[in-house]
Amino acid sequence: MDISQLVFYTFAGLAVASSVLMITRRNPVYSVMYLVLTLFSVAAIFVLLEAHFLAALQVVVYAGAILVLFLFVIMLLNLGHEFDPDIRGKFWWVVGFGLGLVLFAELFVLARSVPEAPESDLLARLLADQGAVGMVAEPLFENYVIAVEVTGVLLLVAMVGSVVIAKRKV
Amino acid sequence: MFFESLVVSAVLFAVGVAGVLLRRNAIVMFMCIELMLNAVNLSFVAISRYVGIEGQLFVIFVMTVAAAEAAVGLAIIISIFRHYESVDVRNFRLLRW
Amino acid sequence: MVGATLIDLVLPLAQEAAEAHEPGFVPFLPSWIVLLPFLGFVMNGAVAYLAPERRRLVSVVGPGVLGLAFVIAAVNLVLIARVHDAEPVIRSYWTWIEVGHLRIDAALQLDQLSIIMALVVTCVSFIIHVYSVGYMGEDPGYARYFAYLNLFVFFMLVLVLGASFPLMFIGWEGVGLCSYLLIGFWFRESAKADAGQKAFIVNRIGDFGFLMAMFATFAYLGTLDFQGVFEAAPRAFEYGGAAVTLITLFLFLGCTGKSAQIPLYVWLPDAMHGPTPVSALIHAATMVTAGVYLVARAGVLFALAPLSMNVVAVIGGATALFAGTIAVQQFDIKRVVAYSTISQLGYMFLAVGVGAYTAGIFHLGTHAFFKALLFMASGAVIHAMHHSLEHAGEPAGEDVTQDMRNMGALKRYMPTTFKTAWIGALALAGVFPLAGFFSKDEIIWSVGARGQTVLWVVAIITAMLTAGYITRWLVMTFHGENRTGEQARKHLHEAAPIMVGALVVLAIGSVVTGWVNVPEALPLLPEFTWLHHFLHPSFAQAEHIIVEHLGEAAHASPIGGGEGMWALISTAAAIVVILLVFNALSGKKYLPVREAKEPTGIWGLLYHKYYVDELYDLAIVRPFKWICTFSWRVIDQGLIDGVMVNGVGYTTRFGGWVISRFQTGYLGTYVLIIVLGVLIMLGAVMLQG
Repeated sequence: MDISQLVFYTFAGLAVASSVLMITRRNPVYSVMYLVLTLFSVAAIFVLLEAHFLAALQVVVYAGAILVLFLFVIMLLNLGHEFDPDIRGKFWWVVGFGLGLVLFAELFVLARSVPEAPESDLLARLLADQGAVGMVAEPLFENYVIAVEVTGVLLLVAMVGSVVIAKRKV
Repeated sequence: MFFESLVVSAVLFAVGVAGVLLRRNAIVMFMCIELMLNAVNLSFVAISRYVGIEGQLFVIFVMTVAAAEAAVGLAIIISIFRHYESVDVRNFRLLRW
Repeated sequence: MVGATLIDLVLPLAQEAAEAHEPGFVPFLPSWIVLLPFLGFVMNGAVAYLAPERRRLVSVVGPGVLGLAFVIAAVNLVLIARVHDAEPVIRSYWTWIEVGHLRIDAALQLDQLSIIMALVVTCVSFIIHVYSVGYMGEDPGYARYFAYLNLFVFFMLVLVLGASFPLMFIGWEGVGLCSYLLIGFWFRESAKADAGQKAFIVNRIGDFGFLMAMFATFAYLGTLDFQGVFEAAPRAFEYGGAAVTLITLFLFLGCTGKSAQIPLYVWLPDAMHGPTPVSALIHAATMVTAGVYLVARAGVLFALAPLSMNVVAVIGGATALFAGTIAVQQFDIKRVVAYSTISQLGYMFLAVGVGAYTAGIFHLGTHAFFKALLFMASGAVIHAMHHSLEHAGEPAGEDVTQDMRNMGALKRYMPTTFKTAWIGALALAGVFPLAGFFSKDEIIWSVGARGQTVLWVVAIITAMLTAGYITRWLVMTFHGENRTGEQARKHLHEAAPIMVGALVVLAIGSVVTGWVNVPEALPLLPEFTWLHHFLHPSFAQAEHIIVEHLGEAAHASPIGGGEGMWALISTAAAIVVILLVFNALSGKKYLPVREAKEPTGIWGLLYHKYYVDELYDLAIVRPFKWICTFSWRVIDQGLIDGVMVNGVGYTTRFGGWVISRFQTGYLGTYVLIIVLGVLIMLGAVMLQG
């Protein structure tokens, strides 16, 4: 077992553990914190999978921006303390984890059926040639430039929409 | 590490689903959805090692949409909270027979 | 309206400029002949809606527009009569329908036939409108009545002047509509409303024939304009071929409906429930003659189909005899005249059926006058009866006021009506020198000259029947003893001056109109076949085809003798019959209707009109009602409403109710359902792969 595998298992374990903790904590603030931890771990796995730029994005956008937004809303709505007991009863524990398990089993079988890909240094070569940002940026702004623009519009619409929705009635 | 990544992705996704079923707090349910999105992202990244850079590009779009969704979703939650003074989904029962 | 006038005024100028050296027939404001009655309808209709009590305005507008239309028609008659063999003038105002090869203009055809028809229509309707001013004067629906009447004349003129089959059909349907509206004018009484519906429904059967004929004509010839059809027909159709026979038989089916011939005549006697001037105008003088006009107008088509010609003639002859016999034993003053109308219409069809178009149109014109006269005399009598019974405080329903058994000796109380009625009756009976003599004699002669011996005999018998029943009508109404009862008798009086005036004018018309066509064969009289020569261009083509295939008409009757001799014989026979019947009946005592017994034996058969209405009821109406009831109860209410419509509704509602139970409103439920769905789909993928 080489060092990268060790790192992978470490972060994989961390991600799974903190995600389970996230859904079981009563306090939403804790949940957010465990989610942040999960996302960091996933970011670390991204690095191991030679997606350096995405790892950075994961940290900056998800952990940095989106989860701060969540945290901000929780604080704003004053849900940090005096929170309702929002975890359901035993029946739902069984249902939730049961269905989760079934889902995992199905996904596992499906993942196994994916043919083991040959070891490839496709991304490693790209990484060496163009650098972590370049290898993502070049196809993004060449082949998918229209999609990028449309996504930009989507963000604008989301921004305007959220302002309109969240604003108090005029 | 390819297969293992897929397994981790599956676990995270299943946990996200279980969380949505388990919780009644709209914000936490929302966070579970984010978790599921992230699990999918992980699969994309893993597969992109063998298929090509497109997998990673897809992840970028997913993140963008997730960000937009988070903004709008949280706005809706705020507006609902104003109305019910709560984010418990049991309160939102207008859409029924 | 302005546009049509402009076309009428400017077009002749342009044409004159183009062909200055050949002055043809230039019609004078033809669009106004049609537009004036429509204008009257609009104005009277507005009055009926807005201010029904403005009777004076209605009294001026209603007859006034027709007076003007009559003047214009008369001017046009003079104009066209001055031109020898004038070509028909087509005045097109706008394109009405243009679809593919079908192009129909809103166009009027001005030729000898249409103008003489327009003249008869406007003249008779003008007089009847004037009469109506007196007759309907006290009716609360006065303005509505005149609106309908004007609308009727408008449609009748469209029918007569229209230059194509579809335009004629518009008029054809329009007069049917007005007939329905006017028969059921007093629609609060269900018998009258029912009579209107009967007329309308029976006419639908005929209209079906007209429509089929139009479709077939268009399919074969690709045009529906009269000019185009009659030019193309001789080339397109083989003489006596199936196509043209079919078309003409369908056309004739339309005629039997509109003109009350066997087997569709049953509506006309019931149509007598309408106001009497309506019976005079629509159900005697104008609308019912539309079928004769149609056969004459489509003479070229009929001439090409000898079978159809024979059908027309036989049906006409049969109807004449059949209705004539029924008229003998009717007691309702209007029904006698109504059956007489059916019988006379049979004469007209007999004439056009043997190719004597001029004779048919001639009888149409003279009949319009004397039959309107007889109806309006009946109207005056009914009016007087109604008033006297009302004043005497006795029941004055239709069954009482119109039954001749309640009348008698009215000549003492209504001298002018009595005299004019005699003139009308003699004209109808065909006594020299009144109008009916010339026209009926010409028909009988034409039938004989064509070698139709059986029909010729039928026509002569019917002529004698006619003289008989109309004499009976006169005797029962005006002669003998008075049977109205003591009280009512005191109130009997002559009709209003305006009504009497109309009667007198019509009586004059009944005398003089016959003189426009005096056959050459009559001794002691100058030959004056003006109408024959005048109408010749309209019928030349059809007559040419007939002569080409059947040869010239003979110059002697089937059993010898010339036209002049037979004219004398027939008028002598009519006079003899009149005298016999008069002598036989004037001594006879009739019982008032409440004491009278129903006739029995052969008289009962005639009294009950051969039970044709009952037969139709049994053979057609009741089975149809059964089918309708079955479709209504079982198919419509049970199957369609119950199983299909409501069944689908209930199923959907039940299904919706079941599914709606899943819509709990709880987010958890939805999430659970979504997750289950995803699991199932993933499972399916898993099992496949």
